[in-house]
Amino acid sequence: MPKYGRAVLLIFLTLIALWFLLPLLWLLVTPFSKEPSLGISLTVPTLKNFYELAQAKTALLAFKNSLIISIGSVALVVLLASLAGYALSRSEFIGKDALITLLLIFSSVVTGVAAMVPIYALCQKLHLIDSLLAVVLVFSAGFLPTAIFILKDFIDRVPRAYEEAALVDGSRGTDLFGRIVFPLIGPGAAVVAVLCFVNIWSNFLVPFILIRTNRKAPISIAIYQFFTEVGIPRIGLISAYSLIYALPVLVIYFWVSKKYGFGFFGGLKG
Amino acid sequence: MPGSNQFLSRKTIFAFLAPAFILISVFLVFPAFWVIYLGLTDQALTGIKAVLPSFVFLKNFRVALGDRFFYNALKISFIFCLGSAWLGQALLGLVLAISLYELKGFWRNFVSGAAVLAWIIPEVVVAYLWIAFLDKDFGLLNQMLGAVGFSRINWLYTHPLLAIVIFNTWRGTAFSLLLFSSALETIPPAFIESAKVMGASLIQRFFQIILPQIRAILLTDLILITLWTFNVFTPFLLTGGGPSFRSEILPIYIWRTSFKYFKLGYGSSVSSILLLINLGFALLYLLARGRKKHA
Repeated sequence: MPKYGRAVLLIFLTLIALWFLLPLLWLLVTPFSKEPSLGISLTVPTLKNFYELAQAKTALLAFKNSLIISIGSVALVVLLASLAGYALSRSEFIGKDALITLLLIFSSVVTGVAAMVPIYALCQKLHLIDSLLAVVLVFSAGFLPTAIFILKDFIDRVPRAYEEAALVDGSRGTDLFGRIVFPLIGPGAAVVAVLCFVNIWSNFLVPFILIRTNRKAPISIAIYQFFTEVGIPRIGLISAYSLIYALPVLVIYFWVSKKYGFGFFGGLKG
Repeated sequence: MPGSNQFLSRKTIFAFLAPAFILISVFLVFPAFWVIYLGLTDQALTGIKAVLPSFVFLKNFRVALGDRFFYNALKISFIFCLGSAWLGQALLGLVLAISLYELKGFWRNFVSGAAVLAWIIPEVVVAYLWIAFLDKDFGLLNQMLGAVGFSRINWLYTHPLLAIVIFNTWRGTAFSLLLFSSALETIPPAFIESAKVMGASLIQRFFQIILPQIRAILLTDLILITLWTFNVFTPFLLTGGGPSFRSEILPIYIWRTSFKYFKLGYGSSVSSILLLINLGFALLYLLARGRKKHA
């Protein structure tokens, strides 16, 4: 590569990287700014926006709701998907692969956007509007096919010798799963948990459709309401809240990229 | 496989499968079919038609095909896809992956890291980051442009579609970049080196060596990101579909007719059209993957 060619390439890449990073600058500066605005206002760093956030009851409640939704869904998905993945891995029946493919098709075709109306109508019939349980069930159903697919793949690679040995000792179904297989699929369960957590923690549409009152709103909805409510939006509070909200995802980002490199993210979202 | 059922009785297998399959059936499979039925009724969000909807057969579809806002949403969605998925994410991802191929090290981590960061931050947060970035009076973009003599522009108001196209390119390029980067790794370096030695230009190397090797991945990428872009709701947070419907992509149209105008039946009929489009993309994806396996 000629020398000037390399220089042009590096300038191009720097500009692109800046384009990716510049909109993020606000999230780094504003939460610590004394005069928070929509612009970049550099001042002596302060924690006053975080104090303001700590006084806001809705914000704290929403944090709790987000935790309930995310942890509840992740736990449900990991448990049900590993049970189903185990059963699928250790059984043979006609159409097994077709069944898994069919489930994956459903999970990619039936998106939140395409199904928001029937899911709302269904939850209305089940008296589950404005309930955190509804949000957990809808998220879990959406992620289960992918989770089953990943975990079945993991369990396929667990040698059957362990179970054979346990079988001799008289263990059966639930024992085999709980004592032998589940402890061995830790890495697979971790992948599924991270995948689900990042997506569910960040989701806006599902709670936007299903949650009706502030008391039940997760953080995504609370931030939306702080921003759209009448009057001047409390920019300082919103920016501090956004940073806290993004933090778990950012921690996962740094941890995963350090451990596995950025390529790993290819399978993490979607 | 002989004796593969020895660990688990049929009853156990059934019991292990049941909870997951019940949940999937109720909250994933059932809604997909029910939406087609709902689309044939005049179900409303409130009032008498919320309790006692009547069957109206294909009326909703006729109304949709006669509604200029429906065509507007289809058109906006198409431009949004073409701009942000094809010209944006796929093309930029490919150019970046090829540029980074020979650099590796610091540059690869720097650029990929920045792209992935934009990709994983929660959607509500990135939406407000862009509202701040594009703000007419205080936004960083206008501040920078102002510094070199441009006048202030209210981007989300005067160029809403362009704004969400650029936003969505920024948001989603990481996926294509990572996919193409890993695809390029599978090309034997000797191919590219020997082409260089023989004096092939960059353009020749791309069309004669790189492209044939990554064609299948390129197709997979295009199908997936088109499907996702067609179903993305984040632009709602930036523009709400406006001003005057100029950034109203199909998902926002479905939301508006169903939840703002309370016409759940009508919204369902449009949703089932979107489901069909999604199914088309999913089948294309399977077809493309199947072909790759046989090749």
